[in-house]
Amino acid sequence: MAITVRNLTKYYDTAKAVNDISFDVKTGEILGFLGPNGAGKTTTMKIITCYMPPTSGKVEVEGFDIAEHSFEVRKKIGYLPEMNPLYLDMNVMEYLNYSARLHGLKDSLLKSRLKEMIDVCGIAPVRHKDIGELSKGFRQRVGLAQAMIHDPEVLILDEPTSGLDPNQIVEIRNLIRQLGRAKTVVLSTHILSEVQATCDHVIIINDGAIAADGTLEQLQQDFRGSEKITLELKTPSGSSVNAMTDIYPKFKEISHVESVEYGGQEGDTHKFSIHTIKGSDIREEIFRRAVAEKWILLEMSRKATSLEEVFRKLTTAE
Amino acid sequence: MNKKNIIKAVPDLSNTGIIFRKELSSYFNSAVAYVVIVVFLAIIGWFYVNSIFLVNIASLRMMFELVPLVFLFVVPAITMRLLAEEKKAGTIELLTTKPLHDWEIVMGKFFSAWVLIGLALVPTLIYYITVAFLGDIDNGPVIGGYLGLMLTAGVYVAVGLLASSITENQIIAFIVGLLLMLALFLMDKTLIFLPDFASSIVEYIGIDYHYSSISRGVIDSRDIIYFLSVIGFSLYLTVVSLERRKW
Repeated sequence: MAITVRNLTKYYDTAKAVNDISFDVKTGEILGFLGPNGAGKTTTMKIITCYMPPTSGKVEVEGFDIAEHSFEVRKKIGYLPEMNPLYLDMNVMEYLNYSARLHGLKDSLLKSRLKEMIDVCGIAPVRHKDIGELSKGFRQRVGLAQAMIHDPEVLILDEPTSGLDPNQIVEIRNLIRQLGRAKTVVLSTHILSEVQATCDHVIIINDGAIAADGTLEQLQQDFRGSEKITLELKTPSGSSVNAMTDIYPKFKEISHVESVEYGGQEGDTHKFSIHTIKGSDIREEIFRRAVAEKWILLEMSRKATSLEEVFRKLTTAE
Repeated sequence: MNKKNIIKAVPDLSNTGIIFRKELSSYFNSAVAYVVIVVFLAIIGWFYVNSIFLVNIASLRMMFELVPLVFLFVVPAITMRLLAEEKKAGTIELLTTKPLHDWEIVMGKFFSAWVLIGLALVPTLIYYITVAFLGDIDNGPVIGGYLGLMLTAGVYVAVGLLASSITENQIIAFIVGLLLMLALFLMDKTLIFLPDFASSIVEYIGIDYHYSSISRGVIDSRDIIYFLSVIGFSLYLTVVSLERRKW
């Protein structure tokens, strides 16, 4: 395990920011830490990087405890804090050189790492400019280069794409994926598509507690329970069919159906959405019943619950 | 003891050195250093050259009385950004998650500002040369004066750094720093209002008492200990203040 977190709890004065969370990050995977703002993502990252200690709980990075072997942990971590803080009055080379020296790099190793980071992060054209003059995209690259200058085993990136334009987001995501091949990466975000685009493993955190933990496929599978069929049907004109008493029970009694929602009517047209249990496909059955009752199906579609919906479900207070 | 152990026994100041170099060069990059040096020379030059021919004594006494006053405004302007800026920009988070001790950060920043003041004092040697050329100068008070100035600057820088560590607002850091320095500077001006038993303590805490004895050329270890202990105590409080994030 690259990172193990056990029963981590953090209070700010009396406010609870993180409440008894535990999780593992395997070596080499890209973990997406997903949650709304204020969920406790940043706090957890600040604890893992040894910026501040937890109120209680244990964290190990590459086998080193953050409290007992803080320096070992810090050497193994590359960190990009929220908002990507940089010294705007330094030029790129000076800054990377400074970061490298603080990590104890010297002489030829220092030079070769600098060169490599400039190549990998694509900052060669701006390397002699002041950081204050750079665009947000380049600043983010400098932030990543700084985080990786000492070739750490673990990269901790707090909202690495926030504030970038769509093209820059794609570029930074590609860069992270490319870097992630050789490293363990933990990145936080409040944007779902980001996780879908980059991560192998997702932890959804809400109100300081873990709401879901697994691979993307697992999460989608687990929440496939609310597979949804939307349909629109027309009853024969002149017939006095009541949606709630005549149609509703016919769908409700089909096996695997969890709930049926009535979406209203327009003349003889009625709309329904039917939630079914994981993996079942009842479209044929619906069709047969509609034919038997002489209802005309105008539209029918099935949709697996998207992770967006999972996310909303997990993170909205019930 | 073999060579390796001897090297280990010497505290490793390389991180302090890295931070020191970065801070000092950023003073020069941002022109703060040049402004400080010019302001310093201009103020001292103006007042000093104006009065030296009036007094008509070959001594730098006037200068040594003036410079601590100039320090009161120049030093907080130098120290205000040292930690407040890092806190504001969030770079403190990067710095404190690197494998280095908080005291190394504090020491590096302290020395950068202290050395900058030292560099600003170097051109004042012109006044010394001029005066030495004009008349017969007593070197004791000059050496003591410069030593006293450097020690006073050290105290002010340490106090200013402490002020910079408690806030992310540089203006607040400036004002708090100035007030702390003023308190140390003016402390022994309050003596006449105090009962006897308190006055000797307050006199000892005040900076002027020690500075004036050193700048007369009397280099007493008790004064040196005073300066060094105020510096040490302020730097210690700065480290504690940095560690407040962990509370």
